[in-house]
Amino acid sequence: MRMDVPDETLARAAADGDGEAFAALITRHYDRVFRLAFRLTGARAEAEDLTQDICTDLPGKIARYRGEAAFTTWLYRVVVNATHDRRRRRATHAKAAMGWGEVEVARRAEADETREALDWLTQAMSALPEDLRDTLALVLDDMTQAQAGEVLGVSEGTIAWRVSEAKKRLRALKEGSHE
Amino acid sequence: MSDELDDLKAAFDAAIPDPDPARKAANLAQAEENFARAQGSRTEARQTHQRGPLEALLNGVLTMLTTMTSRSALTATTALVAVGLFVVLPQTSGMFEPGATVPPAPETAAEENVAQADALMLEEPMIVAEEPVVIESDADASVMADRNTARPALQSLTRNSAASRQRALSSPMVEPAPRHALPETEDLGLMFEVPIDPFVRPESNTEDFANAPANPLKVTAEDPVSTFSIDVDTASYSVIRQSLMAGTLPPRDAVRIEEMVNYFPYDYAAPEGPHPFKPTIRVTPTPWNTGTQLVHIAIQGDMPEVSGRPPLNLVFLIDTSGSMQDANKLPLLKQSFRLMLSELRAQDQVSIVTYAGSAGQVLEPTAARDRAEILSALDRLEAGGSTAGQQGLQQAYQVAETMADEGEVTRVILATDGDFNVGLSDPGALKDFIAKKRDSGTYLSVLGFGRGNLDDATMQALAQHGNGQAAYIDTLSEARKVLVDQLTGALFPIANDVKIQVEFNPAQIAEYRLIGYETRALAREDFNNDRVDAGDIGAGHQVTALYEVTPVGSEAVRNTPLRYGETAELADPSDELGYFKLRYKRPGDAASQLIETPIQSGAAAADPEMRFAIAMAGFGELLRGRTALGDWGWAEAIALAQGAKGGDPYGYRAEAVTLMRLAESLSE
Repeated sequence: MRMDVPDETLARAAADGDGEAFAALITRHYDRVFRLAFRLTGARAEAEDLTQDICTDLPGKIARYRGEAAFTTWLYRVVVNATHDRRRRRATHAKAAMGWGEVEVARRAEADETREALDWLTQAMSALPEDLRDTLALVLDDMTQAQAGEVLGVSEGTIAWRVSEAKKRLRALKEGSHE
Repeated sequence: MSDELDDLKAAFDAAIPDPDPARKAANLAQAEENFARAQGSRTEARQTHQRGPLEALLNGVLTMLTTMTSRSALTATTALVAVGLFVVLPQTSGMFEPGATVPPAPETAAEENVAQADALMLEEPMIVAEEPVVIESDADASVMADRNTARPALQSLTRNSAASRQRALSSPMVEPAPRHALPETEDLGLMFEVPIDPFVRPESNTEDFANAPANPLKVTAEDPVSTFSIDVDTASYSVIRQSLMAGTLPPRDAVRIEEMVNYFPYDYAAPEGPHPFKPTIRVTPTPWNTGTQLVHIAIQGDMPEVSGRPPLNLVFLIDTSGSMQDANKLPLLKQSFRLMLSELRAQDQVSIVTYAGSAGQVLEPTAARDRAEILSALDRLEAGGSTAGQQGLQQAYQVAETMADEGEVTRVILATDGDFNVGLSDPGALKDFIAKKRDSGTYLSVLGFGRGNLDDATMQALAQHGNGQAAYIDTLSEARKVLVDQLTGALFPIANDVKIQVEFNPAQIAEYRLIGYETRALAREDFNNDRVDAGDIGAGHQVTALYEVTPVGSEAVRNTPLRYGETAELADPSDELGYFKLRYKRPGDAASQLIETPIQSGAAAADPEMRFAIAMAGFGELLRGRTALGDWGWAEAIALAQGAKGGDPYGYRAEAVTLMRLAESLSE
């Protein structure tokens, strides 16, 4: 095994077609990817699916890893992108369905939502906007604000602002719940 | 870090489950597999890598699920949004014990996955030798499609049973949410545009849509004869509509251009004289290419008086498996049959057989006038259990045979979401069974419901062998169109085995291309062979076929003459563009009749009926991503269709224009 070889070395080898390096790399990071996927989606099934998407897709992407960023930063970016992609697709479907008056679609979705959302926690948390959610997912994954900024493609200052904004909202929710 | 975040982090850490080990193993294997494929040429990777076919099958199924975004999938994803981030509030962090709030994956799913992983391992050594064969079969299919429709149809049956089995095997894994095997990447800087990764959807031979590569441009001097079977199916159009309405472009293979064109009623000249239908052939300039012309072949089937039609014996074979319970499946089916019932006449007979787990007859043959009895049987239907397609089919035919009488038309109408994953043990035998019953006078039509489970290719194959129509019903108005407006047509054939052969005149036409009908191509010699099966025309049906032809001397000619080729000097250059021949059999006859007529030159402006058919062909080409249209794009196609709506009493054409606009916005 190549336990002590740095990620970046393995990644560059994999980019050059070294299958063993790729296997070692993805085995090493699988759990991390899954955990981040869970933080981003908040649902186990969704996280499993997202992780599978990434596994399916990564071989095509690794060839483009050039070592400009730390491997984990690069990998996290892949995970965040895949998450965004899922969300966007979902939004498109929802929009198309509504736009076309597919009342039944909406009705059933709503019914499921109500059933799933009996837990008031869920309802409270779905109030947090997506950018704050993404930011928190990364920061809670022991990333520095600078690293999170690099993954999300925003400045460190933006991350700091988002974190404080998220805190503010969490606090408000917490207080609201005590009333 | 502040309290809020600390609490949140603690809650998260407590709630984060471990990844499912079986899926982890499978995903890692998949990643390595894809990696291996990404290296070197695709063929090399396939031949040397041992887990190809199974993985490829799985990929195909996943790809299919991805592309077929059903409403239920939408519901599922919405539900996932709803449960998203339930983890947060600090004062309740005690409830986030591992396992307490996050239910472990169902054990069966884990077992399935393990079993699947095992299967992958076990199959390794055995599959090596087979693999090139499996891979090649797709290429074979397209070659064979040029020769005979029956063979690819059988092939797709075979392929589908494999896909279905695989789907059954992997269903616990793939059901929780729609899977996007290929997330498009929103660039954040380092990411580049993701090409369609060849290793993610490598084998189209697991696709459930029956299609073949677009017909190539033929050089008249080399290959002047074009032969195909007619196609009155319309399922492709409904699938396209459903996709577009769900906000995605349809999979390219789901687009069969002839079915899009033939979906619409046209006001063609009614037949007179001895034949039950009349071909009308006209030539008009091509809207997308000034250097070519379109040969528009319109066939109008005779519409006998409904009151004079023979009595119908209908056996509804209804899939009541669990997957049918969605609102757009069994409930829609019940409504559809209610609509249809009111169109039946007193002496028609109806029986209902269901299949789910065990097949059963839920309604004895009943005269259509006993509406109440039929309706109450219909209302008692409930979805549940697994599907045993073949068993149900056998029982339905048995019932049909007891109902059949001299001079009556007997038909089994199979309504399903296309799920034949139990009981289709031998597709070849099933096909033979259906064909044998067809020859003894019982026909089969297939109505598809719902998406996500839809097995289009199997539907097509069954209906083709049963001399019936395959239609896809996604809305009540579609049900009305298929079952009510076309009741007599779909249920009452006026001609069987209708084949068309066109011979182009090399003195006039340099090149030609048949638009659509890829899956219906026949070998030249099959035209005169009455034993070769082909499509059927029901009462009042219209069929349209379009050729794009390039006149000799046009600047649009793509192929330059061969340097060493023979320059055939035609002794008597005729000014006919070509010669049209059509063969059909009257129902029950073994020998075919021939209709023939020359195709006269002289392009004229198209009437609205022709223009609309041409617009639909253009719509199909655009959806298939063809470049044959040049600069002619959505705007032109929409304008053409918009200006050719005609009377449009049922609003079908207006709906098509709306769909085109939607497709335009989605393809931007």
